[in-house]
This record gives sequence, C-alpha cells and structure tokens, in this order.
Amino acid sequence: MKADATLDCIGLYCPIPIAHTAKKLEELEKGQVLEILADDEGIKEDMPAWCKTTGNELLGIEEEGEQYRLYVRKS
Amino acid sequence: MAERESVTLVVFSGELDKALAAFNIAIGAASMGMEVSMFFTFWGLNIIKRNEGSIRSKGVMRRMLNFINRGGSKRLHLSKFHMLGMGTWMMKRLMKDVNFPQLEELMAMAKEMGVKFIACTTSMGIMGISKEAFIPEVDSFAGVATYLAEAREGRVNLFI
Repeated sequence: MKADATLDCIGLYCPIPIAHTAKKLEELEKGQVLEILADDEGIKEDMPAWCKTTGNELLGIEEEGEQYRLYVRKS
Repeated sequence: MAERESVTLVVFSGELDKALAAFNIAIGAASMGMEVSMFFTFWGLNIIKRNEGSIRSKGVMRRMLNFINRGGSKRLHLSKFHMLGMGTWMMKRLMKDVNFPQLEELMAMAKEMGVKFIACTTSMGIMGISKEAFIPEVDSFAGVATYLAEAREGRVNLFI
C-alpha cells in the first residue's frame, strides 16, 4: 500500500503509538495516508478503536512476523 | 466530530503504578480527541508536587505530615513490592528497558496534549499544602463542584 508518510513506533508500547499517530496525522492533509510500523500486539485492536473514535479511516493492517504495518487515511 | 467528548479522572492515589495508569488513560483519551481533566486529591496530590525544595506548612502535625508524605513524581512508590525502594527502582529500570516513558515524561506529554491538571483545595487545606508546593503545570485549584460540573458532561469518569 502506498503512503504519504511513515511513522516508526517499533519498540513502543501503548499509549505512545496512538499518541504519536494523532500528532503525526495533524501534519497531513485530508485524504493522505499514514503508514504506522508497530510491534506492540495491542495495536491490532487499538488502532481500529482509535480510528472509530476519531473518524479517520483504517485502510488495513499487514502482519509481518511480529511486526505490523497499519494504514490510516486522514478524514 | 461535533462537540468534543470529555473524560474526567479523579486521581486519589499517590502511588507510582496508579499514577502511570492514570496518565496512560489521559494520554490515550487526548489522542482520541477527547478533552481530559485530571482532578488530583488526597494522596494523588503527591504526583503533582514539585520534586525540588521542601514543602512549607504551619503547625507541628502538618509539618510532620509533609515531611513524611513529601511527594513529588520522583518520590512515588509502587503500591506493591516497593521493598524499601528496590522494587520501585527495578520497575523503573524495566520500563526504561522497553522504552516506556517515565512518569515525568508521561506528565509532560499529557500537558502538551492539553490535559488539564486540577488540584483539590480541600485536601490542600487539611494537609497544609500551599500552591507553591505544586508544579507550575497545575491549571487550577478547585473543589468537588468543579469536578462534578465537568464529570456530568463527560462520557468517561474514573476514580483512580
């Protein structure tokens, strides 16, 4: 998936990845896609919940071993 | 989103682990676009006391209390396994080991995200703690009506 920006949250635990996501997304324009790299398993549940609450769109989660790539489109 | 949802946290406890949980939730809520207010009362006031200097108060009993119960984010103990400081030291080490922020960093982060810190004036009066004892990040000094007025508008209310 193509992204406009990437955020590296490898090695960071909740709530830091979602806090960084919120901050990073502020820098993007509406419709742009942010790619988030993470390895805290909780992110699989947390990012959908975060998106549901904030109204941003979760385009998908890709698992690569113990790491995750998440794609969020800013609405 | 139309109106911003709000979260109110009553931070009654002054232990490191509970403070971490409180700030964890506060940062999460702020990340989700919610307005967050943290009401620090009773032992919870220890979290927002400044780490430097001594706490001045009047009267022998209050002076004694503020000597024993000095507070400050760096002096908090774990609610379990403090073990004269060894357990708390170890937990901080473990946190560092996995790049988890220390309490002071979480507090700074919460502040940066607009989380409001409110100190309870009743507890301050009983224990003889003046405004000068607190970190400058404290937004206001108030009572239960302030908390309730915000809590009744909020969707999430926690007592920690």
